[in-house]
Amino acid sequence: MSSLAFATEPRSTGARRGAVGILVAVLLWEVATRLDEWIGLAVPFVARLPSPTEVVVDLGGLVSSPGYWNSWSLSLQRVALGFTVALLLGGGLGLLMATRPLVKQTFYPVLETLRPIPPLAWVPLAIIFWPTQELSIAFVTFLGAFFPIIVNTVSGADEIDPRYLWAARSMGANRRVLFRRVILPATLPSLVTGASVGMGITWEVVVAAELISGGGQGGGDGGLGFLVWNAYQGGDLPRVVVAMISLGIAGYVASALVRYVGDRLMPWKQAAVS
Amino acid sequence: MTGGHLALTDVGKVYDSARGQVVAVADCSLEVRPGELHVLVGPSGCGKSTLLGAVAGFTDISSGSIEIDGALICGPGRPRAEPGADRVVVFQDSTLFPWRTVAENVAYGPEVQGRLARKAAHEAAREQLAAAGLSDVADRYPGELSSGLQRRVEILRALCNEPAVLLLDEPFRGMDALSRSSMHEALLEMYDRSGVTVLFITHDVEEAVFLGTHVSVMTTRPGRIKSTVEIDLDRPRSHDIVTGHRFRELVGAVSDEVRVEARRAFEAGEREMIR
Repeated sequence: MSSLAFATEPRSTGARRGAVGILVAVLLWEVATRLDEWIGLAVPFVARLPSPTEVVVDLGGLVSSPGYWNSWSLSLQRVALGFTVALLLGGGLGLLMATRPLVKQTFYPVLETLRPIPPLAWVPLAIIFWPTQELSIAFVTFLGAFFPIIVNTVSGADEIDPRYLWAARSMGANRRVLFRRVILPATLPSLVTGASVGMGITWEVVVAAELISGGGQGGGDGGLGFLVWNAYQGGDLPRVVVAMISLGIAGYVASALVRYVGDRLMPWKQAAVS
Repeated sequence: MTGGHLALTDVGKVYDSARGQVVAVADCSLEVRPGELHVLVGPSGCGKSTLLGAVAGFTDISSGSIEIDGALICGPGRPRAEPGADRVVVFQDSTLFPWRTVAENVAYGPEVQGRLARKAAHEAAREQLAAAGLSDVADRYPGELSSGLQRRVEILRALCNEPAVLLLDEPFRGMDALSRSSMHEALLEMYDRSGVTVLFITHDVEEAVFLGTHVSVMTTRPGRIKSTVEIDLDRPRSHDIVTGHRFRELVGAVSDEVRVEARRAFEAGEREMIR
């Protein structure tokens, strides 16, 4: 027994506590929104929110509507397109700059100038430049992920301990081997960090871009961000909260996916922690 | 393993610094014969690491020449040697690749040189690990190992390149005394088994005498070889000898030489401070 006390807790314990926490939060929310109705005490701000029950009821009605799932699919497609292009271009250019000082010296200042511009400031230009609204939104989403990925990749490659390169060269590695067997794996952790930061930003950006652009092909199927805005304009607060929670879930799943792939690509990171 | 004759002739190294040129190494000649474990001791900043870096191909030399088995690797018109698998370096800090398992690390050299196919290289690595008693950690990542185990794996990885000369740059610096003494025995065991030529750098005289077949003392800056002592202690050696009379005598003799140089280095440093 005494030795067991020092053993690490099973994962399920943490998950159970997390579930209890969410339950308590929902319960508090329910009580806070109902106090006005029960004892005539309106909790400031909170009393105007829809209660969890209303939200669940609204969600129950929505899950069977194809328009809701279409919003999911539209936002997911935009994020997937923007993020994938950002990953390929940001990772690729980052590694190119890391291995070719000439390229880096020439083009990095350009990046550094463009990087502080918030992606949303690009919206007007993106709308003018790209032929379809879909591409405009995907482009702005791409910008959100591109900069963190390329900057992290370049700085990760800069920080490779030169002794790894010496060791590899002294064991007979040529340029090609050096890239594939040292620079690439040594830069991977920074690339994954950039990707997970970038993934977070793409969701922020896609929602804002959908709000600004009015949601694409019009109607109620313009993406989850548009769903929030549309419900607000129609005064349907439970629907607003449903759309918000949907975004939360989507963002969480997307980030978890990036983490999962990162862990798979870098088994040595797990090993070092355990 | 044959060959492994390392000859440094009149090697000099001049640095450019803010205060003008600094002569780090001057007219330094050293011969390491095949199969020797030659230890270079000297005060900090005497240019030991510069010499080793020049042999490895990480540093330029300003004059003189370096040959391995009669072939010039750097000298007039060619200030820096091309790094190669015939001269593998093990540093104080681990350069095991953290993203490769121990076995993958050990297989690295033969694999990237194309000497062995991937599979054969990995099998050979496992055999080497087994012979060194390290089979248990073959599938671990370096980050999971103690620093002592990392050192042993790294030396083994270097040996798997079958280098003409193994270059060790204070590999056990910063380890506690107990780990050091077991590392010394592990190194000697690998050395005796492989018969490789070793150039070992340290500023620890006891370490030098315990490990070396020969110990050369370097002068303070500008560094050159002051004297070379042949260590006539029996091999294989175990840590019992460190209390023996002959061991203490040799340590005393080498220490005296090093101490004179360390004092000169200290006084030179003070003069620089006053100026």
